[in-house]
Amino acid sequence: MTEANAGAIDRTTTAAPRRKRRIRWSAVVDHAVLIVGSLFMMLPLLMVLQMTTVPDVEVIKTGPSLTIGDQLPVNFEKAMFEASGFSGQNTGLNMLKNSFILGIGFALGKILIGMMAAYAIVYFRMRFASLAFWVIFTTLLLPLEVRILPSYEVVQKLGMLNTYQGLIIPLIASATATFFFRQFFRSVPEELVEAARIDGAGPVKFFIDILVPLSRTMIAAMFIIMFVYGWNQYLWPTMITTEEDMFTLVRGIKQITQVLEGNRIPEYGRANLLAIIAIIPPVLVVIFFQNWFVKGLTESDK
Amino acid sequence: MAQVSLKNIRKVYPNGAEALTPSSFDIGDGEFVVLVGPSGCGKSTLLRMVAGLEEITEGELTINGRVMNDVDPADRDIAMVFQNYALYPHMTVRKNIAYGLKNRKTPKHVIEQKVAEAAAMLNLNEYLDRKPSQLSGGQRQRVAMGRAIVRDPALFLFDEPLSNLDAKLRNQMRIEIKALQRRLGVTSIYVTHDQVEAMTMADRIIVMNAGRIEQIGTPAEIYHRPASTFVASFMGAPPMNLVQARLDGGRVMINGDTVLGAAEGSGAVTVGIRPEDVVLAADGGLLFHVDLVEELGAHRLLHGRLGDQEFTIHVGKDIEAIPGEVRVALKADAINLFHPETGKAL
Ligand SMILES: Nc1ncnc2c1ncn2[C@@H]1O[C@H](COP(=O)(O)OP(=O)(O)O)[C@@H](O)[C@H]1O
Ligand SMILES: [Mg+2]
Repeated sequence: MTEANAGAIDRTTTAAPRRKRRIRWSAVVDHAVLIVGSLFMMLPLLMVLQMTTVPDVEVIKTGPSLTIGDQLPVNFEKAMFEASGFSGQNTGLNMLKNSFILGIGFALGKILIGMMAAYAIVYFRMRFASLAFWVIFTTLLLPLEVRILPSYEVVQKLGMLNTYQGLIIPLIASATATFFFRQFFRSVPEELVEAARIDGAGPVKFFIDILVPLSRTMIAAMFIIMFVYGWNQYLWPTMITTEEDMFTLVRGIKQITQVLEGNRIPEYGRANLLAIIAIIPPVLVVIFFQNWFVKGLTESDK
Repeated sequence: MAQVSLKNIRKVYPNGAEALTPSSFDIGDGEFVVLVGPSGCGKSTLLRMVAGLEEITEGELTINGRVMNDVDPADRDIAMVFQNYALYPHMTVRKNIAYGLKNRKTPKHVIEQKVAEAAAMLNLNEYLDRKPSQLSGGQRQRVAMGRAIVRDPALFLFDEPLSNLDAKLRNQMRIEIKALQRRLGVTSIYVTHDQVEAMTMADRIIVMNAGRIEQIGTPAEIYHRPASTFVASFMGAPPMNLVQARLDGGRVMINGDTVLGAAEGSGAVTVGIRPEDVVLAADGGLLFHVDLVEELGAHRLLHGRLGDQEFTIHVGKDIEAIPGEVRVALKADAINLFHPETGKAL
């Protein structure tokens, strides 16, 4: 037993200097698989990107190709600053702004509502706290698509069509966020609440001074998920916004390819560039918050 | 400073469990009272009712003459130190200590001064800007102490504050806490399951068992005159020897040998005697069969049997001991007699 161990140690120590020189085929294979995989995933994106650099006629004639044209600045100019549609207000910049308002409002709203609901359920001795929680939880079975007609009617009756409130508020009641925050709050030690009570922190103070800072990694994780989710909303914005200056990117892109005045060729370059632009913010959010996200999952700072 | 008075305090949890039967006691100004008992006996429940973290089912709690039953914990003028420190993990040591003062709208310069004083007292100066996660267990517990003392409370409450520390640190912190309490003169209630902590720290000990108070007394009283066999066997290591004996004609007899000449009553009785109150006798006395010698350096424990009953005696390190038969005598004035069924002291 000990001899075998000693042998093993011996072998590794003598092998160490040799290992540097040897090519490790397993690593090469691993990397090859990863590289091929990511190329495969990126291919559609690259095709879209290619199509933004050539004139629209080219796209119709040859489809995707390997030629890189010089149309990118022109298309960018058109995509961002030139109005499409009838009102003349539907620029890419404006749609980008609307998308940001929807994404951020949606994420923050969901986090705020979810946190407050979870706070009430976990920390207050309400009579039907767990019933309330399960009622909230079952709304997972009722996504927007299921209740879209009544929701639309309510928003319309409240006169919130074509407003940011109408776009955001009906979406922010969130069982998912409530659930995650509830699980998180339940893992916060009881003693912390008690110490805070003795330290004279009331319910609001405890929430703001202690619970919110403790949840920051959780909030970041929620923000990533919810921002991307909100940003990518399509059906609801399509229903609620009929005025072009309220369009979001995801909803507006389609409009552009649809506009066929007479025999004009659809503006492929412009639409494709907008699609690229629509991808960038969620990617940035993920990159920016990813540190926090990983921290939230690995570090127990409670 | 404060006087605390509990009158028939009782606790029944919502699930129907009676964690504390009606209990009463008074704590004097500046007194250090230790609540001790096995785990689950209701010590924390009692302490938390004093703190206001748990509702009082029945009875009356007064602090300095003021009825506190329905007063918010923040307004009871108390500070509490928890077993798991309960520091706010996202705040620096400084902020942790200052948080209670900040919530009480204390002026900034007063907070700074008090935090500095507390930090100096607890040797925390170099750690003020660290987070709790960057501190050792002992340092964390010091921060928790700091948080308690900056508030100048009338009453300190401790719930097993040392049980997460290793043995050496525990001994050291025990002395520090006691010294600090002496110096500040703040009335304190300290909960522990460790009888050594209770003996060494307390002005007065309250021994609890299964939701009842078994005995209240000074460490010496508790040790030498336990009120029941429970107290006798819970306090002290090794515990008091409890031996079944007979009371006959004014004499207490173990296995037919008289150990105590003058006692009233007759019939069965339980004799309690501390291991160190048993002496080796040249001749006469009781026959003690030594099974095992436990070497403790400063002294030795001889474990064995008195007739068929387990028995332990304590001898100095200079007395040779080997397993076998010896003769022992009990110091008459150290003998405690208990009722054989109820276990109450006679
Ligand atoms: N929140 C609660 N609900 C119901 N029973 C409880 C609760 N807290 C404690 N108990 C019970 O009350 C008894 C005393 O508990 P506790 O005061 O924590 O004991 P100790 O601190 O002495 O170990 C135990 O039997 C425990 O199970
Ligand atoms: Mg306890």
